Amino acid sequence: MTDLLYARAQMGLSLAFHIVFAAAGVALPVLMVLSDWKHRRTGDNDYRKLSEKLAKGTAILFAVGAVSGTVLSFELGLLWPEFMGRYGEVIGLPFSLEGVAFFTEAIFLGIYLYGRERVSPGLHLFSGVMVAVSGAASAFFVTLVNTFMNNPSGFTATPAGPTDVQPLVAMFSPGWQYQTAHVLLSCYQASAFAMAGIHAFILLKHPGAAFHKKALSVALPLACLTALLQPLVGDLSAKHVARSQPVKLAAMEGHFDTEVGAPLLLGGLPDVETRTVPGSIGVPKGLSILAFGDPNAEVKGLNDFPRDTWPPVAKVHVAFQVMVGTGSLMALLALVTLWRRWRGREWPHGKGLMRAWLFTGPLGLVALEAGWLVTEWGRQPWIVRGVMRTSEAVTPVPHLAAPFFTFTAVYLFLGVTVLFVLWRQVAATLPGAVDGKVTHAH
Amino acid sequence: MPTEEVLGLAVAGTFVLYALLGGADFGGGVWDLLAGGPRKAEQRALIARAIGPVWEVNHVWLIVGLVLLFSGFPRAFAALSVALHVPLTLLVLGIVFRGTAFTFRAYDTRGDAVERRWGVVFSVASVVAPLLLGMCVGAVASDAIRMQGHAVVSGFFASWLSPFAVSVGVLTLGLFAFLAAVYLTHEAHTPPLAEDFRWRALVTGALLFPLALVALLLSREGAPRVWAGLSQTPFALALHVGTAVAAVAAFALLWTRRFRAARVAAATQAGLIVLGWAVSQAPYLVYPGLTLRSAASSPTVQRLLLVALAIGAVAVVPSLVLLFRVFRPQAPGAATPVPPT
Repeated sequence: MTDLLYARAQMGLSLAFHIVFAAAGVALPVLMVLSDWKHRRTGDNDYRKLSEKLAKGTAILFAVGAVSGTVLSFELGLLWPEFMGRYGEVIGLPFSLEGVAFFTEAIFLGIYLYGRERVSPGLHLFSGVMVAVSGAASAFFVTLVNTFMNNPSGFTATPAGPTDVQPLVAMFSPGWQYQTAHVLLSCYQASAFAMAGIHAFILLKHPGAAFHKKALSVALPLACLTALLQPLVGDLSAKHVARSQPVKLAAMEGHFDTEVGAPLLLGGLPDVETRTVPGSIGVPKGLSILAFGDPNAEVKGLNDFPRDTWPPVAKVHVAFQVMVGTGSLMALLALVTLWRRWRGREWPHGKGLMRAWLFTGPLGLVALEAGWLVTEWGRQPWIVRGVMRTSEAVTPVPHLAAPFFTFTAVYLFLGVTVLFVLWRQVAATLPGAVDGKVTHAH
Repeated sequence: MPTEEVLGLAVAGTFVLYALLGGADFGGGVWDLLAGGPRKAEQRALIARAIGPVWEVNHVWLIVGLVLLFSGFPRAFAALSVALHVPLTLLVLGIVFRGTAFTFRAYDTRGDAVERRWGVVFSVASVVAPLLLGMCVGAVASDAIRMQGHAVVSGFFASWLSPFAVSVGVLTLGLFAFLAAVYLTHEAHTPPLAEDFRWRALVTGALLFPLALVALLLSREGAPRVWAGLSQTPFALALHVGTAVAAVAAFALLWTRRFRAARVAAATQAGLIVLGWAVSQAPYLVYPGLTLRSAASSPTVQRLLLVALAIGAVAVVPSLVLLFRVFRPQAPGAATPVPPT
């Protein structure tokens, strides 16, 4: 592998690792505050216990998210010094505001976690709300930076770097509404589905366990709501990509020839040599409708663009299919669940449906990672689309294999450890666990 | 005052705050490693309790400093990222292990070998990270990072492995340990525990003098700009006097067990040392290649950053005050913050 590839792999790995924790840091505080609030309203101590468990989960995931985020802010320079040296000033504003949001998040998380006995109940709940709001703000600002990289604006490009920098224009680059909404929803959706999956798993083993039924009643509304909203926002986002980044859209769809009334390709693995997508099923006029809302719209194909500006087509296409596929499954399950909720007047917890929730539990995270890969791979070979190539941004430091393998090992180790520690938190709520301790051996 | 100087001061300010708060936090890890005597377990418990509610916040200063650096002085950020690639990579590994180990230990309490192993990871990372941080500062303060145009030409090792850089690393470690010991005297809620950290503070405080002297003498060869700043400029005398007064005051207050005031004196002393470095190096960000002005982003960006800084201060300062009020040390027997069980 070249040093450029090692640098990209290390950045990709760090981000793939970080966004899991970042998503949890955005969404878990909401679930934590919801259960806290339910406890206040109903006086039911299970909700308090649930809120405390979620607070612990938040603390663990937030800490790992904070350190992996710190790594990323160093890696921006360590791996892409040319990018930061030239465009640091253009994207500094959203990063600075993200810093502010991160600050308030850390402060109020400290108060919420350690202050239950020290501050008034009102201030305690307020701190939880502040954690949730700051988490969302943080994700919002950081996504704005990515929007800029996809649709750079607010400066004039010269060979010596950007001039006439207008940070506010750069901060709200075209499409910011769609991308931030899509990302924020995905954080809530991934976390709510993961939480629902965990409690569905326990309810399958211990049917009727009251605590876990209540936990489901907190997770399922958020899961269903986000799963149904996400396809709508995703469609708006795709329409924007179609207009602003036609190469990315063509790669997402494996669309080689410019066509009027272009079909939508489902599945398949694009072959850039033959410029076909073997194994795919075409839905007539589907792509024209989805991308432009018009069955006879012309959709540009990859062949209309210079070969050296193509993203890795097969990877982008597969990642996109995974995102859309998992998203559709989750939306379908949300519909079925809401139907059963409407018929049964309480959140359903039957065996069949619990199996379905267990199966879809990880899909939110899968979709989140896949969607992020679509946008990152889809932007290649650019780090700032149309302005700076990734290969121009990389550090001149040699032997980048060494940090890549080191961080890979560290993240693997941390990932396994977090799962283990979180599982112990969940296990302590199982029927048969005594006094917060697990009675069976591990 | 030109915007780049205001922003430069803001960057220096975040470094001072990181040294004071993050530094005390790192120092807590050092004392966790060196815990001993009849109250070994209580010492560790005190450290965990004192750090728990605020450790995330203490480390946000580093992020704020980084963000200000790359938005306000992007060229300097890029150059330092290349020249100090190796130690910065090791530093972030230290930060990763320290942060996660602390959290796993706090939230996965089992009182067994696993918990103790996390404790070792936490405390070893707490020693290594300040050392590397100090070495990076030493490299920046020396004239060892050389540039041609935008390219760094001085290699990836020599600048931060020089005797001067290493001496700054050791001084940083000592300073953080001293700060932590002084902070902990005030956090301790039993007199014997306060006494444990009092003598630790006195010993490390005494050690700081030779360490600082060595770094100063090595700077004559290793960091001529800083040497000149610290020995020949008009502000230098005031700075040395201020640092000396604060140091003597910290000693006297520790000696007479006025821990609250000792804490202020120690913080002043440490803050002046960091500020002394920053001011003696100004207006250079990386000597001799980059000045505040030559590395600065455009004036529009700098003005907006100052606005963002003001907005940030309005949001963050009251919240910080609230946090430190909620978790200020309490009288013996009062409820102490513990992670929810």
